[in-house]
Amino acid sequence: MTLRTYIITRILLTIPMVLLLLTAVFVIVRVLPGDPVLLHFEKRADPEVIEEFRHKLGLDKPLWEQYADYLSGLIRLDFGKSMQDFSPVSQQIFSAFPATLELTIFSMIVAVGLGIFLGVEAARSYNTPKDHLIRIFGTVNYAIPVFFLGIIFQMVFGIMLGWLPTGGRTYPGMEPHGAHLTIPGIGTIHLATGLYTIDSILEGNPLKLVQALRYLCLPSLTLGLVLSGIFIRLTRNNMLETLRMDFVTAAKARGLRERAVIYGYALKNSFLPVLTMMGLQFATLLSGAVLTETTFSWPGLGRYIYTRIGFRDYTAIQGAVAFFAILVALVSLIVDVLYAYLDPRIRL
Amino acid sequence: MEKIEKPKGILVWPLVRLASLTKRGWPGLIIIIGLIIVVSIVIMTLLAPYISPYDPNALNTGPPFNPPSLEHPLGTNHLGQDMLSRTLCGGSTMLQVALLSVAICFLIGVPIGLFSSYVGGYVDKLISLAMDSIYAFPGLILAIAIAVMLGRGVVNMALSIAVIYIPSYFRIVRSQVLTIKEMTYVEAARAIGARNRTILARYILPNVIPSIVTVATVNFADAVLTAAGLTFLGWGVEVDVPDWGWDLYYGRQYLPSKAWWIIFFPGLMIILLALGFTFIGEGLSEILSPKLREVE
Repeated sequence: MTLRTYIITRILLTIPMVLLLLTAVFVIVRVLPGDPVLLHFEKRADPEVIEEFRHKLGLDKPLWEQYADYLSGLIRLDFGKSMQDFSPVSQQIFSAFPATLELTIFSMIVAVGLGIFLGVEAARSYNTPKDHLIRIFGTVNYAIPVFFLGIIFQMVFGIMLGWLPTGGRTYPGMEPHGAHLTIPGIGTIHLATGLYTIDSILEGNPLKLVQALRYLCLPSLTLGLVLSGIFIRLTRNNMLETLRMDFVTAAKARGLRERAVIYGYALKNSFLPVLTMMGLQFATLLSGAVLTETTFSWPGLGRYIYTRIGFRDYTAIQGAVAFFAILVALVSLIVDVLYAYLDPRIRL
Repeated sequence: MEKIEKPKGILVWPLVRLASLTKRGWPGLIIIIGLIIVVSIVIMTLLAPYISPYDPNALNTGPPFNPPSLEHPLGTNHLGQDMLSRTLCGGSTMLQVALLSVAICFLIGVPIGLFSSYVGGYVDKLISLAMDSIYAFPGLILAIAIAVMLGRGVVNMALSIAVIYIPSYFRIVRSQVLTIKEMTYVEAARAIGARNRTILARYILPNVIPSIVTVATVNFADAVLTAAGLTFLGWGVEVDVPDWGWDLYYGRQYLPSKAWWIIFFPGLMIILLALGFTFIGEGLSEILSPKLREVE
């Protein structure tokens, strides 16, 4: 199979998966017992008001028509209307998403960086107290509820020591606005990603960058730490296998220093499994992000869902969950294609 | 060490071989530690109504925000409730939810896995696709969506958690059955005219059980953490039930007043419970099948 046919098959496989998930979301919110409108009003409204409300949201149509509306809306990136103020959910989702993306990227860096470093260290000192200690660290990490770790960090580094901010994305008023790029003949383009770190670099404002990083510290450390366990185990097991291979012995025999052998030769073999694991852990990362964002008042999608639950805004929850479904399918598609590109065996 | 054979589908194996665990090195050690933690928490929860110094819901047992003292060893919360009593009693919901959700997963995931892999063909492909889709989805977010629609309560929480973990059981059962059903003894059973149902129940299922037990213990830990997460997001049990998750949810608001004891002890209990199950699961998976980690 060539790379192109692999990519096409993989995309074709993604479509039924996304459709299935989107249908599941619809079934959960609209078909399962529990009428979202009645739940929204907590049964305390006039029947007429409720009817009008239903009509405004298109919830008075037959189920199959609602389903068709829902799917055709999603194709146009329309995630429905909010029950709270009838505003389009997609707008809120798209403005909250960069915050979640920035948090997940930095958490992944922490998780993978720490995971690889500790995994290599554990493998180097196989079956010694150091190895056991690192393994226990990895296991304990897994058992800590991410929000509890977040609270502890807030308590220690935020409130008791006062080193780092405990909530929000940046110091109020320090939000970066990106750059205005003037291209002769075309005009001015506003360049902004919504990622505060990148935008402050674009703006060329180091103060704003420092603030953005300060606010990112605790949330990404929290989420990254909880996720690092799985990367520790993965790297450790991989390294243990690789270190027994002939080319490692050969490299050592040539007199290369241990550090050079491990980081220059052996570690390359762990790259592919780590990449796959990053793809697999993306879903876990998003779950963790919901809790982390809630803990640190991080204005991303997770916090959006949390606040919408508070408002009993079922259509918004449905829209956000549908967005997550599409996002997860896209990421797994990208990881698989990347994997096939890097490792031709997978295409067989 | 060489005396111990690999268990062949015995449910009582964990009990019978408990003593031999000490000779198993690292995996045996962490299983024992895990068992001690889990059993102590279960006993503590069962005895809680008798040993709690106060009613966990009683208000103003002391001044509010009282730090740990002789009278209140774990302090009091914003309502003056005794944190020791709340910590002792708070595990019951979490244990019930975890147990129930694991049972639901087991009762649904295992039969579907057996059926799907044994039948094969398009049915298998379709079911696998559905299971893989759920498996790939961020679990907590799916659980939130379901829990929000179903409402509060132990059963509803267990249901919404079960949905996200059924695919784990399905996948492990399916991958095992696919290997086992090609084995000679299954062929022999078929040759002497055993019915499909008999083959599945009597010949294949017993050999799948050890891997399911491993998945179930790991799943216990996940269920505990997800239940805690749901509660933390305000979507757990009723407010008047003492629960570790609730104490975290409320206690968080009083962080600026540095009342660390309100959240610290309930959080510690959640960690211990999840850790106990994780230890057991990890040890089991290393002893039972070293390759299992890669299958998951």
